[in-house]
Amino acid sequence: MLNPNLKLNEKMFDPDAEALPTRDGFGKALEILGERNPNVVVLTADLSESTRADGFQKKYPNRFFEVGVAEQNMAAIAAGLGTSGKTAFISSYATFSPGKNLETVRTTIVYNQADVKVAGHHSGVMTGPDGATHQATEDIALMRTLPGMTVFVPCDAIEARKATEESANIQGPVYLRFTRDKSPVMTTEETPFEKGKVREFWVSENPKATIFACGYMLYYALLAAKNLESEGINVLVVNVASIKPVDESAIVELAKKTGKVVTVEDHQIMGGMGSMIAEVLAKNSPTPMEFVGLRDTFAESGKPEEILSKYNMDQKSIAEAVKKLLNG
Amino acid sequence: MDIPALLDDQLVYLQLKANEARELVIETLLEAGSGHSAGPLGMADIFIAFYYHILNHDPKNPGWEDRDRLVLSNGHICPIRYVTMAMRGYFPVEELKTLRKINSRLQGHPHRTSLPGLETTSGPLGEGLSQGIGIALAARLNKKNYQTYVIASDGEHQEGNTWEAAMFAGKEKLNNLTLVIDRNNIQIDGFTENVMPLEPLKDKYQSFGWEVLDVDGNNIREFVEAISKARSIFEKPVCIIAHTIPGKGVSFMERDFTWHGKPPNKEEAEKALKELRTLQGRIKSEHE
Repeated sequence: MLNPNLKLNEKMFDPDAEALPTRDGFGKALEILGERNPNVVVLTADLSESTRADGFQKKYPNRFFEVGVAEQNMAAIAAGLGTSGKTAFISSYATFSPGKNLETVRTTIVYNQADVKVAGHHSGVMTGPDGATHQATEDIALMRTLPGMTVFVPCDAIEARKATEESANIQGPVYLRFTRDKSPVMTTEETPFEKGKVREFWVSENPKATIFACGYMLYYALLAAKNLESEGINVLVVNVASIKPVDESAIVELAKKTGKVVTVEDHQIMGGMGSMIAEVLAKNSPTPMEFVGLRDTFAESGKPEEILSKYNMDQKSIAEAVKKLLNG
Repeated sequence: MDIPALLDDQLVYLQLKANEARELVIETLLEAGSGHSAGPLGMADIFIAFYYHILNHDPKNPGWEDRDRLVLSNGHICPIRYVTMAMRGYFPVEELKTLRKINSRLQGHPHRTSLPGLETTSGPLGEGLSQGIGIALAARLNKKNYQTYVIASDGEHQEGNTWEAAMFAGKEKLNNLTLVIDRNNIQIDGFTENVMPLEPLKDKYQSFGWEVLDVDGNNIREFVEAISKARSIFEKPVCIIAHTIPGKGVSFMERDFTWHGKPPNKEEAEKALKELRTLQGRIKSEHE
């Protein structure tokens, strides 16, 4: 069942459950931060509306900078602002920022300890029909290996707003990962979000496996848990919105509860959230694992559900991963 | 702040300081055992002009928020920046011996948070002008009067990022930003015009909305006058193309691109120091 202590959206499994893109939460947070803090500035590389920076742009035009299609320039200008008393958000698609401009982010923002928040939009295969060129599926791996980088992957629009607001409280670089399409709203205003904390969203008695999930894929993990329960298989589902800092002790404890772990993410299996979990467990408590994600391949154009199904990342694949572990 | 004109005795003083800086560059590189020679020697006059005459700064308070910002984009010429900073009292001259060694604040390429007084982290080329733009934008937003100076190499104009930045500064008409290009015509693989031609560089900047001044970058008076003129131009950003001689002051290094990225060995250093200490043989007895 949904963890009653987290005040989650009890209606999330209803057919007419509220669904919003996580980028909407980002846009809302920028407007709140703009009001709250006069030092917040926003830059975009010709993707203002699409990355939901347009609300801030309209309200605070003097603190908004359109750099054109130039992601390296955007990152390094933000670094200059972020070392001069400003809190700068750079907003583009993740394949370009922090993909194309990776070295600029590494040198001028992260190594330079500039107060810059990198917002990577259109992440994952959920970007759908645009095709693999626009589906960022390695950005978590790139960002979490940068020393001093905080990495948040919010699960829904509300958590996206909270994560964005929280990023402004962190002095230094933060990576925020967002998705394009609408996805179910799983949390409520009351649900806690905290840097460096994972949260148990689905709890059950005598669970047999622990599913760690991040981003909108958490919803499919919850659906899988619900269906598995009807088959008599109890599991735990954990929201890993804070990829870094790592909630090491909680991850170990939640894995030990079941002794079997499945990770779920819209990202390459190599280097992503699942790799982080594997690193933690290999060191502290080696645990049999299955990984749901993209398997060292590029995806393709299509509807998100079609892609998830074809590449074995859908709800069915999650349930199969659990069963494989239990039968293994 | 206006830049005062140089008096004759001030000029002689700065010229001697530039020579002293070159000696320290050679000694520092010899001790480090790796690093770049040609660029730092070629830019000694400009760095001395900045730290001794142009910049509004306080070596004892490097974080002073109203200071002028000197951004070094081509981080590999940092030995001359470290040398002039040490000469001006940012840190002890003795510390120059730690360059490129373990536990040093003087990283092989500059790391902002390691050493107070550096404005950016640099080395990977093409990023300094953008960072300078961010610093200049912050001044505009904060209503601060400091000037942001960016020193960039000619070779790094082969990086697309440099032109992204040039386009942006033109769009924003950033008059509190001055770019100084070290036009020494060399890069690692050879002469710039053979590796990837940059000319007509002046026309390119003008077409991007910049005012462009051409100067002899090894002539301190001419350079100071150009900076002064740049400060009087309000409607657009200014680019000063400073024509310098790579390896300036050491005869066997001058204009030779093979000295771009290597340090002198002991014998070469001694020969170089002898030339510098005698002002290329014009003084008969060396000072030690």
